[in-house]
Amino acid sequence: MSTSAQEMVAKRAASAARAVTPKVNPLGLEKNDYKGRPSTLCKGCGHDSISQRIMNVAWELGLDQSQVIKMSGIGCSSKTPAYYLGWSHGFNGVHGRMPSIATGAIAANQKLTCIGVGGDGDTASIGIGQFKHAMRRNLPMVYIVENNGVYGLTKGQFSATADDGQTLKYQGVNHLPPLDICLEALAANATFVARSFAGDPKQVEALLKAALSHRGIAVIDIISPCVTFNNHDSSTKSYGYGKEHEIPLHELSYVPAIHDEIEIEEYEGELEVELHDGAKIVLKKLDESHDPTSRGAAFDAIDRAHQEGKFLTGLFYVSEEQPDMLEMLHLTGTPLAQLPTEKLRPSREALAELMAGF
Amino acid sequence: MTIAVREAPARPAEAAENVNDFAINVATANGSGSQTSNGVLVRALFKMGIPVTAKNLFPSNIQGLPTWYIIRLSKDGYTGRRETMEVQVCMNGRTVAEDMAQVAPGGIVLYDDSLPVAARRKDVTYYPMPVKELVKAADLPFALRDYVANMVYVGVLAHLLEIDLDEIEAALLWNFEGKPKPAKLNMDMVNRAFAWAEENLTKTDGFRVAPMTGFNEGKIMADGNTAAALGAIFGGMTVTSWYPITPASSLAENVSKYAPKLRTDPDTGQATYAVIQAEDELAAIGMVVGAGWAGARAMTSTSGPGMSLMAEFAGLAYFAEIPAVVWNVQRMGPSTGLPTRTAQPDILSAYYLSHGDCRHVVLFPANPAECFEFGATAFDLAERLQTLVLVLSDLDLGMNVHITEPFAYPEKPMDRGKVLNADEIKALNGSWGRYKDVDGDGIGYRTLPGTPNPAAAYFARGTGHNEYAVYSERSEDWEANLFRLRRKFDTARTLVPGPVVETDNDAEIGIISLGSNDGAVQEARSRLAAQGIATSYLRLRALPIGASVRDFIHSYSKVFVVEANFDGQLHNILTTEEPAQATKLFSLAKCDGLSLSARFIAEGVAAGIN
Ligand SMILES: Cc1ncc(C[n+]2csc(CCOP(=O)(O)OP(=O)(O)O)c2C)c(N)n1
Ligand code: SF4
Ligand SMILES: [Mg+2]
Repeated sequence: MSTSAQEMVAKRAASAARAVTPKVNPLGLEKNDYKGRPSTLCKGCGHDSISQRIMNVAWELGLDQSQVIKMSGIGCSSKTPAYYLGWSHGFNGVHGRMPSIATGAIAANQKLTCIGVGGDGDTASIGIGQFKHAMRRNLPMVYIVENNGVYGLTKGQFSATADDGQTLKYQGVNHLPPLDICLEALAANATFVARSFAGDPKQVEALLKAALSHRGIAVIDIISPCVTFNNHDSSTKSYGYGKEHEIPLHELSYVPAIHDEIEIEEYEGELEVELHDGAKIVLKKLDESHDPTSRGAAFDAIDRAHQEGKFLTGLFYVSEEQPDMLEMLHLTGTPLAQLPTEKLRPSREALAELMAGF
Repeated sequence: MTIAVREAPARPAEAAENVNDFAINVATANGSGSQTSNGVLVRALFKMGIPVTAKNLFPSNIQGLPTWYIIRLSKDGYTGRRETMEVQVCMNGRTVAEDMAQVAPGGIVLYDDSLPVAARRKDVTYYPMPVKELVKAADLPFALRDYVANMVYVGVLAHLLEIDLDEIEAALLWNFEGKPKPAKLNMDMVNRAFAWAEENLTKTDGFRVAPMTGFNEGKIMADGNTAAALGAIFGGMTVTSWYPITPASSLAENVSKYAPKLRTDPDTGQATYAVIQAEDELAAIGMVVGAGWAGARAMTSTSGPGMSLMAEFAGLAYFAEIPAVVWNVQRMGPSTGLPTRTAQPDILSAYYLSHGDCRHVVLFPANPAECFEFGATAFDLAERLQTLVLVLSDLDLGMNVHITEPFAYPEKPMDRGKVLNADEIKALNGSWGRYKDVDGDGIGYRTLPGTPNPAAAYFARGTGHNEYAVYSERSEDWEANLFRLRRKFDTARTLVPGPVVETDNDAEIGIISLGSNDGAVQEARSRLAAQGIATSYLRLRALPIGASVRDFIHSYSKVFVVEANFDGQLHNILTTEEPAQATKLFSLAKCDGLSLSARFIAEGVAAGIN
C-alpha cells in the first residue's frame, strides 16, 4: 500500500471514530437496513464510495425504501443499485436507456422517489440522447453519473468523457475533446446541476440531500475513478495504480485487490488529491460568490475551470421555477398504477354516445 | 402529344345497367383537400346502405404528388380490393393520361376540363367538368378555392350516379363535426356542380347507385387506428408513449384526441392517463417497459422502422417479464420501404423480435371492431403473461375507413395478472420468489414498486437471474429459467384469441390467412366455390398457434397460407411450428403495396390445387 493510501486509511479511521452516529434514523432503522447485496466491483472502485453515500443519505433522511426506485443502465456503475437500498425495487435496464425506463416508471407512479445511476458511457456516449431529453422534460429524479472517463465493464475503452490526450494501452491516445456532462445538462435545461468527487463524502452527501429535495431533474456528475482501467497519468480520472503493472487488457485475469477507496478531508477553495501512483488531480470548490440561480454563471464557471485544468465541484445551477414532467401531464392524485378499474374504463354510455357519432 | 378533350362524349352502342357494383377511382394531387370530398362520398354511399370500401393510395409527400382514392361499391357485400376500376375522376394533370388509360372498358371518365389529356379512347364515356368556371362563379375566399374545388366532382358524380344529395349534406355536416358554416360552403359547391351537370351533361352510361338494405344496418364506418386508440382507452391504458411514423401516427393522435373526454377523473378533473411523445422509438418502448414494470397499462404504436429500433427493449420485456404493448401498423419494408403503402411484412420480425431466444405473443386484428377489442385484449394478455404483446395492424386497416360492427363494450373485467400486495407478501413469509413457477403455468407473481413492504422489493434485470431475481451465471439457473419461459409460452397458446374458422364440409382445400386480408379471402372463396372448388378458412388471430391450427391443417389435403408480404412469413412460421405437416402448407404471398385482391387469391388457389 502506498504511503498516501495508508494516510488516507488512517484519516478515515480517525474521522469515523470522531463521528457520533445515532443508531437509528427517524424510521427506527439502522444503517445496515439500507444496504443491498455485497458489491462485486473491483476493490477501491469509486462507484462503491458513491453507493455508500447513497445509503448514508437515505438512512439519514429516513427515506422509506419501499417508495424509492433505483434505476440504472448497463455498466459497472449500473450494477451498483443492487448494492444499496435492498428494500427498494430496482431496475437494471439496457445500456444508455435508463432515462426512458425511469420516465415510464415515474409516469406510472408519481409518488415514487427515483434515484438513477449511470456510467459516463451510459450517459454521455450511447445514452446522450435520452440523457438530454430527461433534462428537457424535467423528469423528477436524481440522476447520478459515476464518471470514470472509461468503459469499465467492457474493459477499458474510451468513453465520451475521456480526456483529450489520454492514453490507454490498447486504445492508444484519445484525440477527441471530452463531453462535459454538466455543460450538456445545462444546455438541455436541467434544473439542478452539480459535480463532485467520489472521495469527498461530505460534499457528495450534501449534494445528494439537496438533489433529493429538488423538484425536477437533479444531475450530479461524480468523478469516480476506475482503479482498473483508467490508470494512466494522462487521465484526470485515475487512481493510477496500473502504470507500473500494465496488464494486457484482454488477458486481464486478475485485478489488483489492494486499493482503498480514496476519501478526502474537508477543504476550502482548492485541494490537490494525490492518487495511488502519485498522479494528482485538483479539485476546486465553487466560489462562495457564485450565483447558482444563474445559468450563465454556471457555464462561465465550468468553462473557466476547464481552462485552468481543474475540476470545479459544487452546485452549479438550480432552478425551482420550472414545472416538472408530472405537473405538465396534469395527472390525477392517485398514481396511475394504483387507479381502480372504474377509473380506467369509461362507461357503457360513453361508448354508446361515441358510437352514435360514427 | 396530349390534347384537351372538349367535344361531347360519344355515346356507346349499348350501355349496360350497373347498379352498386363498380369501383370509382378519384385521382387528385396530394394536399389538395380531396380527403374531405372522398370521405363525404364514401359516407354518403354507406348511409345509402351500399357496401362500400375505400382505399387511399397516397404518396409519402405533403403536397403535390399524385393520390388515388378508390371507392368500391359491392352489392354482394365484398370488401376486398377490386382490381378493375370503372369510374375514373381525373383532377390531376400529372397523371391524367395514365388514369384515363386504366379505366375498365365500358367505363366512364369525369375530368377537369382544364387538364391536358391524352387521345380519347373509344370504349369509355367522357364527361368534362368545368371546375375552374364553377369555382369562379361561386365567388369563394381565395384560400378556400382549391379545397372546395374538389366538391365539383362530388356534385357531378351525385348527378351521374344518382347519389342522394341529402346524404351528402349529412356527411358534410358529420365531417365538419356539426359546424354548419364549412358544411354549407362545401354543399353550395356540390349543389352548383350538380345543377350544372343536370343542365349540361347527357348521361349515356349505365352506372348508378341505389339505396340498399341488408348489409350496413347497425354497422359503423371507422378506421383501425381510431378503433385501436379507443380500444386502448376503454381497455384501461394508463401510459402511451409514441414517436411519429406513417401509418401509425393517427393511433396515438387519436388517444390524445379522445382520452381527455373519456378519461378525465371526475373527482379531480385531471388525467387518468399520460401520453408522452418520445424522442425516438427506443425511448418510446423504454417508457412502456418502465411504466409496465411500475404497474401501468402501457403501450406504444409504431411501424416497421420503429419496431426495429425497439428490438433490444423487446428482449428486456420478454426476459425481465414486464407487461408491454406495441402496436405495429405495418407498411412496406425492407428499410424505409414505401411508407404510405400497405403490407404485412413484419410478422417474422415481430414474432422473434430481439436477440437471444425470444418469442412473443402477436395479435392480428382483421377489422376496426377487432382493433377496438384487441385494445383491451392486448393489455389483459400482457399483464396476465407478464410479457410483451405485439399487435400487428397494417396501413389498409389502420388508415382506411371500413364498414364494421359497432365497438363492443368490453364485458370481461380487466385482467391485471398475478400481482402481490403488501399483505400477501407478508403472508408468504419470505418464501416469495419473483420468478418462481408456483402455479405450473410458467408465470410468477410480481410486485409493484411502491408496495409498502420491504420484502416486496426485487431487482428487475435483463441479465441472467435465478428465481429470486438475483444475478446468476449458473447454467442450471439459466436453463431452468428458459424452460419456465417456454412453459409460459405454452400457457400463452391457450390464452390468446383463437382463430375464426369457417368450415365447408365438402372442402379438401384449406386457406389460412390473417388480418385485413379477410375481405379478399371471403370473396375469393365465393369465386372458387362458383368454380366448384370448396374451401375452408381459418383466420389466424394470434401467435403462438394452438391445437386448433394444427387440427385445421390436419383436416385438409392442401392448405394455402395467404398473406401480404414477399417471403411468405406466416407460412414460414407455420412450417416451423408444424414440421410434420409442413409439406401440406403452400405459400400465397404478394407484396406490391396494395391490399390483396380476391382475384390474386382465387387464381393462386386454383392454380395451386394441381
Ligand atoms: C447496446 C449495448 N452495446 C454495448 C454494450 C456493452 N457495454 C456494456 S457496459 C459498456 C460501457 C460501460 O461504460 P460506462 O457506462 O462508463 O460504465 P462503467 O462500467 O465505466 O461504470 C458497454 C459498452 C451493451 N451492454 N449494450
Ligand atoms: S473496472 Fe473500473 S469501474 Fe469497473 S468495477 Fe473495476 S474499478 Fe470499478
Ligand atoms: Mg465509465
